[in-house]
Amino acid sequence: MTSTDVTAVSKPRAQAGWKRLLLSEYLVLVLTVFYFAVMWTIVPEIATADTLLDILRAMMPLLVVAIGQTFVLIVAGIDLSAPSIIAMASVVGASVLTGDGGYANGTGFEIIAGILAFIAVGAVIGTFNGLCTTRFNMPSFIVTLTTMMFFSGAAIWYTTVHTDASSIGNLPRGFIGIGQGTFFGGLPFSLFVVLVVGGAAHFILSRTVYGRWLYAVGLNPRAAAVSGVPVRRVIFWAFVISGVCAAIASILYTGRLETGTPVLGQRILLDVIGAAVIGGVSLFGGKGKILWTIFGVLFLTVIDKSLQLMGLPIASVFAIKGSIILAAAVIDAVRHRVLVRG
Amino acid sequence: MSAAASVSAAPAAGAPLLEIEGLCKSFFGVEVLHKVGFTVHAGRVLGLVGENGSGKSTTMNIIGGVHQMDSGRIMFGGADYRPKGPRDASKQGIAFIHQELNLFRNLSIAENLFITEFPKLVPGLPFIDRGAARKRASELLAAVDLDIPPTTLVNRLSQGERQLVEIAKALGAKAKIIIFDEPTTSLTTRETDRLFDIINKLRQQGIAIIYISHILDDIMRLCDDIVVLRDGNLVGKALKADMTIERMISLMVGRNIDQLFPPRDSAIAAGPPVLEVRNITQRGTVKDISFSLRAGEVLGVSGLMGAGRSELARILFGIDDFGSGEIIVNGKALTKPTPTVCMDNGMAFLTEDRRAEGLMMEAPIDHNIALSSLQAYAGGFAHKIDSTRLNADVSKMSASVQIGARDIANTLVKNLSGGNQQKVVIGKWLLREPTVFILDEPTRGIDVGAKNEVYKIINRLAAGGAGILMISSEIEELVGMSDRIMVMAHGEIRATFERGAFDREELLRAAMWDGIRSNAK
Repeated sequence: MTSTDVTAVSKPRAQAGWKRLLLSEYLVLVLTVFYFAVMWTIVPEIATADTLLDILRAMMPLLVVAIGQTFVLIVAGIDLSAPSIIAMASVVGASVLTGDGGYANGTGFEIIAGILAFIAVGAVIGTFNGLCTTRFNMPSFIVTLTTMMFFSGAAIWYTTVHTDASSIGNLPRGFIGIGQGTFFGGLPFSLFVVLVVGGAAHFILSRTVYGRWLYAVGLNPRAAAVSGVPVRRVIFWAFVISGVCAAIASILYTGRLETGTPVLGQRILLDVIGAAVIGGVSLFGGKGKILWTIFGVLFLTVIDKSLQLMGLPIASVFAIKGSIILAAAVIDAVRHRVLVRG
Repeated sequence: MSAAASVSAAPAAGAPLLEIEGLCKSFFGVEVLHKVGFTVHAGRVLGLVGENGSGKSTTMNIIGGVHQMDSGRIMFGGADYRPKGPRDASKQGIAFIHQELNLFRNLSIAENLFITEFPKLVPGLPFIDRGAARKRASELLAAVDLDIPPTTLVNRLSQGERQLVEIAKALGAKAKIIIFDEPTTSLTTRETDRLFDIINKLRQQGIAIIYISHILDDIMRLCDDIVVLRDGNLVGKALKADMTIERMISLMVGRNIDQLFPPRDSAIAAGPPVLEVRNITQRGTVKDISFSLRAGEVLGVSGLMGAGRSELARILFGIDDFGSGEIIVNGKALTKPTPTVCMDNGMAFLTEDRRAEGLMMEAPIDHNIALSSLQAYAGGFAHKIDSTRLNADVSKMSASVQIGARDIANTLVKNLSGGNQQKVVIGKWLLREPTVFILDEPTRGIDVGAKNEVYKIINRLAAGGAGILMISSEIEELVGMSDRIMVMAHGEIRATFERGAFDREELLRAAMWDGIRSNAK
């Protein structure tokens, strides 16, 4: 074999390697590791155990919301109401839990009752979203935009009915433990919650009939209907799941803050959707995995933490974060082009 | 300048305006047009007839700039004509009025008329002269005898009025040739008469008309010259005076069924009825449909486009509603059929539009095949899928319908050929082992080899005791495959033929019943 032959063979092989990485579902994880490595040289504190634990802790509630959002995104919908569900569930749940005249205070099972109240708020708002989109064929964007506005306001009103302060405090210690507690010497208890939620979501998406139906509805709702998939029911339950996930995130946030507050979760909406999409979940439906969503959330959280460590003013944090997300989106676009060309 | 003034500059009636010679066109190696040639004259109406797939649309698409010819020559007004695209064709004076009208329904008539070129307040600046637009629109509408304010939204117009707006648009673009593709399928009798009056008026103004239709009576009523195509060949070219409807039909048909159709053992076809349909009526689509389909039988459904065949299929499978009537599947009356109910009772439905309703194009083969059967492979509280059993059965099915792909778990359906895609849809339904299989155009857009394989699958299924309702626009296919053929027209069953009494001319005649009848009186 002559030397020209060798280059002729090895060049495509190198290209194929690049292509494989670009098309790999672990691309975002690789990018995150790369970013982390670069940051390590600039702010070495990022690699300390404390920081890593911080990142993990910050990720958890966000991840639960994003997992719920993934279900809705797969059926080609969008759930903008997540922040308002977090806020509403937080104040309703706190009003049940609080030692200052909470509904379940002193009954002995206030924590269980409180958690059920959180979940119920998420389920009810999710049900409303699901009914409006499936029964009236309304675009989920509009439905969830209005529920978000309505319940953001309702959460504030609900707080004023229960207290003169701007939030509902004095929550039982046992409840706060869900958000702040640790196990195995330092791992946040919320990690345990996320593992359960994430494991269940992964199981549903990849192993059950409902999971297959979700993708079918997202890819081609008409073909799904003709093939006997109960399209409306599938979409409906995606919104309920998303609502319940947001409520679970609210439990984690509320426990961490030790108060129920109507301004909880206001900033997270775009982070959640952004994380899912960066991970590879398609806004057009039919495409998404829990693993991808996890990578996306990890990516965003690492960026957040690194910028925080660099001590930059908030304005530049936003600008830099925006540019990094844009860069990720460009890589995703390139990847699509490579995919289409094959 | 009014529309009438613009056409007065056209050549005198009778002069050859468009001369087509030796037109050839192939798609993917299959020749669909073979040396077709004819002449269109100014001030005359040319009728173009032929069965589905005979090459009418391809010819018109070449003239309209949608497709490019492979070889041949077109002279337009004495000059070489080779449009670069639809826009170029329309600029040169060819207007194509499609079956599906190309109007923006949410815009007004005037906006539709000038969508490509609005009159400007100041030339070169993007400000629309609304007054001038309205005035010109009124003139154009007057030219087609449409007395409606040009500010009316197209939404609010009837189908016939929309067609007149299309014609007005053609006049506005100073068309010299107007092509009509099946213009009357969705028109009432009154609207059709009105359309013909306008076409006659256009003819007098020296505009050349190419008129494509299945309704041979209309062709005889309207056209001066008639051209018949069959299998991409020109088989007849005559003045109206030298042509009859009978002759057109025999020219359109006249083909031998070759070895394409595998032999069938009709002796099996004597089982009990699996599907009984009684007096199904739905306003505007089907009227009083009754028939029964027996186990092991292939019942063909013939008819022209718009005869209500697909609509019937969709009603039977619970996709669309119906007004009155009864559907009985395997002895059980389905009072409120939905696809799920129909499937639970052993029905399956192959849609005519596999891209939109049959497949998840972005999903792999195995997921598509499994989609309708998932519940049969799932159990427990969470409906967990037994993937070992499912994958084994899906692989077996994929092999049995001979899908030509190595890795069914990683090959996306969008990367398959039409024939393989169709086999995926068929495999999806066969996995449910249906007893009633409704096939709507099962071989549309697939090559001859794949057709033959689909036919074999159908025969195997019938031999296994399933009842098959096969809708097709290809008469040969129905004749080659069916035990019985029902012919539909205008939403009704017009005739039923038993195997042995199949006569392609009779079938076509039954489908075109209206034309024959009104011609006779």
